[in-house]
Amino acid sequence: MSTAHWLRRVALTGCIAALSGCATKGPGPLYMWETFPRQQYDALLREGYSPEAQIRLLEAHAEKARGANAALPPGFRAHLGMLYLDTGNPDRARELWKAEKTAFPESAGYMELLLSKLDAPAKTAKSERAP
Amino acid sequence: MKLPRIAILAAVAVIALLAGCATKAPAYDYTAFQRAKPATLLVMPPVNESPDVKATPGVWAHATRPLAEAGYYVLPITLVDETFRQNGVHSANEAQDIPYTKLRNYFGADAAVYIRVKKYGTSYQLVTSETRVEVEARIVDLRSGALLWDGKAVATSAEQSQQQQGGLVGLLVAAVVKQVIGTATDAAFSYAGIANARLLASGRYNGVLPGPHSPAYGKPLGQ
Repeated sequence: MSTAHWLRRVALTGCIAALSGCATKGPGPLYMWETFPRQQYDALLREGYSPEAQIRLLEAHAEKARGANAALPPGFRAHLGMLYLDTGNPDRARELWKAEKTAFPESAGYMELLLSKLDAPAKTAKSERAP
Repeated sequence: MKLPRIAILAAVAVIALLAGCATKAPAYDYTAFQRAKPATLLVMPPVNESPDVKATPGVWAHATRPLAEAGYYVLPITLVDETFRQNGVHSANEAQDIPYTKLRNYFGADAAVYIRVKKYGTSYQLVTSETRVEVEARIVDLRSGALLWDGKAVATSAEQSQQQQGGLVGLLVAAVVKQVIGTATDAAFSYAGIANARLLASGRYNGVLPGPHSPAYGKPLGQ
């Protein structure tokens, strides 16, 4: 085998290794996130945060996702339900927690727990964050 | 000797390969992770070792996205926070000390993600300033208590430029960078997003394995 031939072989192998070694083809995101992490941050911080304003923002986000036929992230409906509960709308909270369960059946355990607390208000102390 | 052009190309490719991937740590042992097959993750409030009190909410809020995009169901952190408070747990340290069996019974998650924030914030030198976020995480099976995965990541404003990262990590980082430019009010929060994407996104060398919602779930590791 000539040197040139041999070099060519090594060369090709090198190129293939380089290309396949580091490159990963990127599929698109699974969910539409928008500013959801930021909203969760604001809610966790509890400073200068208005559940009403956040509800408007997240409802617009949900609308946009419906229009784009995109999936809402895990926890989105659950978080929105919490905001409705904070603003004195437990019925909407119940709806959204059930919707979370439908969208992500794996959430059933925790959603059932939240729903059971919602339906037994005598035992549950009022949420600390409630205005 | 005159080298064929392909040989030069090859040399460049090999150097690129070595430079790009050279300092790889030994491959992570995924035996426990692959056996456990967790589907739902409970991200615990991150323990903060930095002086900035916003580190816990900042890192916590950014943990859901990379893990959900990796294919897991992540329990809603704001409700988890509420549940802890209603049960008299008011600090991340206390929460992370709760026995795993109790977490499993209460939240029903398959595994918990324990994060420590080593650094979070901006330090000012005479001329320059650096915003830096350093995070470490462990994923623990809540059914057996076994460690499934651990890792660490850093994001800093001192990076020369955003390194080209392919796949999901690149996508997540790019999204966060866009947010940084949009809202420069809270720099550490933005870098927390980058650090968390590097820490918890799947498709990274020695990173978190893809979960059930991911198209890459259960496929052999393409390392």
